[in-house]
Amino acid sequence: MIETSALTKHYGRFTAVDNISFRVEPGEVLGFLGPNGAGKSTTMKMIAGFLAPSSGSVKVCGFDVESRPIEAKRALGYLPEGAPAYGEMTPRAFLGFVADVRGLSGEERTRRLDDVIGRLHLEGVLEQPIETLSKGFKRRVGLAQAILHDPPVLILDEPTDGLDPNQKHEVRTLINAMAKDKVIVISTHILEEVNAVCNRAIIIAGGKLLADAAPAELEARSRYHMAVSLTTTETEKAKEALGAIPDIESVEIDPLDERITAFPRKGKQILAAVSDALKAQGVAIRELQLETGRLDEVFRSITQPHTQEARA
Amino acid sequence: MNPTLTLFKRELSSYFATPVAYVFIVIFLLLSGSFTFYLGGFYERGQADLEPFFQYHPWLYLFLVPAVAMRLWADERKSGTIELLLTLPVTMWQTVVAKFLAAWSFVGLALLLTFPIWITVNYLGEPDNGVILTGYLGSLLMAGGFLAIGACLSATTRSQVIAFILSVVVCFLFLLAGFPLVLDVFRAVAPQSLVDAIAGLSFLSHFNAISQGVVDLRDLLYFLLVIGFWLYANAVVIDLKKAD
Repeated sequence: MIETSALTKHYGRFTAVDNISFRVEPGEVLGFLGPNGAGKSTTMKMIAGFLAPSSGSVKVCGFDVESRPIEAKRALGYLPEGAPAYGEMTPRAFLGFVADVRGLSGEERTRRLDDVIGRLHLEGVLEQPIETLSKGFKRRVGLAQAILHDPPVLILDEPTDGLDPNQKHEVRTLINAMAKDKVIVISTHILEEVNAVCNRAIIIAGGKLLADAAPAELEARSRYHMAVSLTTTETEKAKEALGAIPDIESVEIDPLDERITAFPRKGKQILAAVSDALKAQGVAIRELQLETGRLDEVFRSITQPHTQEARA
Repeated sequence: MNPTLTLFKRELSSYFATPVAYVFIVIFLLLSGSFTFYLGGFYERGQADLEPFFQYHPWLYLFLVPAVAMRLWADERKSGTIELLLTLPVTMWQTVVAKFLAAWSFVGLALLLTFPIWITVNYLGEPDNGVILTGYLGSLLMAGGFLAIGACLSATTRSQVIAFILSVVVCFLFLLAGFPLVLDVFRAVAPQSLVDAIAGLSFLSHFNAISQGVVDLRDLLYFLLVIGFWLYANAVVIDLKKAD
């Protein structure tokens, strides 16, 4: 469990994190969203015990990060931004070092090392210096280090940044596999990631917590939520047909691909009506879909007023 | 395993992971040898002691020890591993001490490898091996003082070059604290009592006392206090500057 209360961090006169409070329970995968410089990394560094908060507090599994740092750090696995590791060491030596510092020994040490090496497919690169590895492998070594002691709390700062689509998929699968009984916090600015792994999302910008909800709830705030979009060869005819439906608020046509989107009046369901109207007019549709909402649009509308270029 | 020991082992082995360690040891041995024979006039003096050997150590350390210390923290900051290191379940003190001890052991090893000169002097004459032993002790302590300064200054920057230059300058000031070059600057602005205090901080006078076979507890204590002070400053600097 992670609990932050009124967490604040100042750098000189600049407030990087402003009065952020939240609580994450086991089983939750929390996505930390925000533009660059929003305060995501600073918040994670404070949770991980690297930076001391200017005011407010963080508790990890009941241990205050400032007054009981060792206990808090034991309960925590942390992947810092950019997955730093000692470049001259091999993954085997590096993971062995982390295992020793974390107090793993004997059979348990061997078992945990084998487990993370297998999970992250590091077998082929164990004896190569980390600095010679590809970005994807470096990131995986960082992840292996974070989950080595099977911690109840995982903080992952941009775990899939710089990975190719296959590697992203693997990392997401890994996170999902661990999600059941752990507290996992990941930061990202890739919105598709939120849908792929998170069951809760927090949006911060300018150091402030602006939204805290399930990804589906966030999507529901989009004006695209419950809208119907379609493509057809007879754009004009379709537009006319849609204009006659009373529950439709407005119709927009994408100038690029001519995709037609019909926005409903508040609280109205229009899918059946649209489908019927088009059928009645004999408009041949290529494809028709009910929109769940667009996270990127919600993200923009929430964060844009607060975005300022600042340090990450 | 004790986490301090684990950190110590990782740090020490990282010296040997690159050619740096070997280059350092070879240069140290070559320079200390040639200074002894050419500048120190080891043979010409006709005395069976190692004074010409030890008297150049402060000047060798002035440049070589900051080179050993410069990567201790600057490299961690540059590569971002400092974040990893300080979020492991270890205390700041364990980390600072482990890193310092690793660097000190490394310099100690280089010093140990000068043993042929000890064999030589024993072969040529009958030196006072007690004095030679205190010479080694003084040399090791002085290296520790330089290293603690270098470790602290290495924590102030991401750049190893800056860390190196800063350390050389500060080590130079400490080395010559008892000499007019440094004291005249302070005489102009500080009261006499402070000037005397600064004069008492000189590495050179404390080292010379020990290396001439006079083991005064105050000289030993002096170096241990210098090490303790700079390591404390090291921890403070990391705490203050880790956000940058």
